[in-house]
Amino acid sequence: MQHTTSSPDTLTIAGKQYSSRLLVGTGKYKDLAETKAATEASGAQIITVAIRRTNIGQNKGEPNLLDVIPLDRYTLLPNTAGCYNVEDAVRTCRLARELLDGHKLVKLEVLGDEKTLYPDTIQTLKAAEILVKDGFDVMVYTSADPLIARQLEEIGCVAIMPLAAPIGSGLGIRDPYNILEIISNAKVPVLVDAGVGTASDAAVAMELGCAGVLMNTAIAAAKNPVLMASAMKHAIIAGREAFLAGRMPRKRYASASSPIDGTFF
Amino acid sequence: MEILVNGTPHLVPTDTTVAQLLVILEMQGKRLAVEVNQELVPRSQFDSAALSPHDTVEIVHAIGGG
Repeated sequence: MQHTTSSPDTLTIAGKQYSSRLLVGTGKYKDLAETKAATEASGAQIITVAIRRTNIGQNKGEPNLLDVIPLDRYTLLPNTAGCYNVEDAVRTCRLARELLDGHKLVKLEVLGDEKTLYPDTIQTLKAAEILVKDGFDVMVYTSADPLIARQLEEIGCVAIMPLAAPIGSGLGIRDPYNILEIISNAKVPVLVDAGVGTASDAAVAMELGCAGVLMNTAIAAAKNPVLMASAMKHAIIAGREAFLAGRMPRKRYASASSPIDGTFF
Repeated sequence: MEILVNGTPHLVPTDTTVAQLLVILEMQGKRLAVEVNQELVPRSQFDSAALSPHDTVEIVHAIGGG
């Protein structure tokens, strides 16, 4: 990639630099081999995982997610998916920190409704406050509400991650102007988390000026997840470069690309 | 004594520690995190943390998620 800026165009989260602006989840794949192949094809460096009960007495030799997503290669982002209250979200983060040897980066989501998986922003604010005080670097999933986003930043979250559409819906960027407003106000990275369905959605998010996009279902539920992971990688790069390049103004009427002067007819 | 591990009742010897429980469950040495009665037990305390009757133990790991 070539840019007019002198420094490389990296994403910085909690003081660490990443060359990829695509963050991916590891859910919904048919097996770990597919998880591995799609994750590698995406070029993502930050990978979300869920924290769940181990299977006791079952499948002793069962392969582990961390065998295909090794800690020395990726930055893991444990999430609080499935948490509907502050207590469960905080417990999950503390377990994740212990599980990952003191790792502080977490994705906080406190849900409020099973049908929409819409975030409960009041509980999210409370959980974020506790987690930041406890030393976590909190990347926070929230609604595309500029006021809540501002409060989450004031609390000390390291990244604000508004949804573009409901989790797993693939409906695309439904509220671009609110996401734009969140980006305009924020001093921390703003990433679209949830709602992307295909590559053009990811590009639209990046063209708005998002620092990155976090996605899972758009890749895992594609007919060919590995190919879609590659498509997303390119879409994120294309959208970012278009944002940095600065798009032309929209005009109501045509403007000829070939000169009028010198016509011989 | 009976304890609850990941929602399932288990019979273990009295004063079993978290470390001993993991041996019983054939999970020693695996990357996991443990809570007893909703309180995190750091790995460094597995050997000293003794369980009591009716304790609720959660043993978790990382799986695929978004």
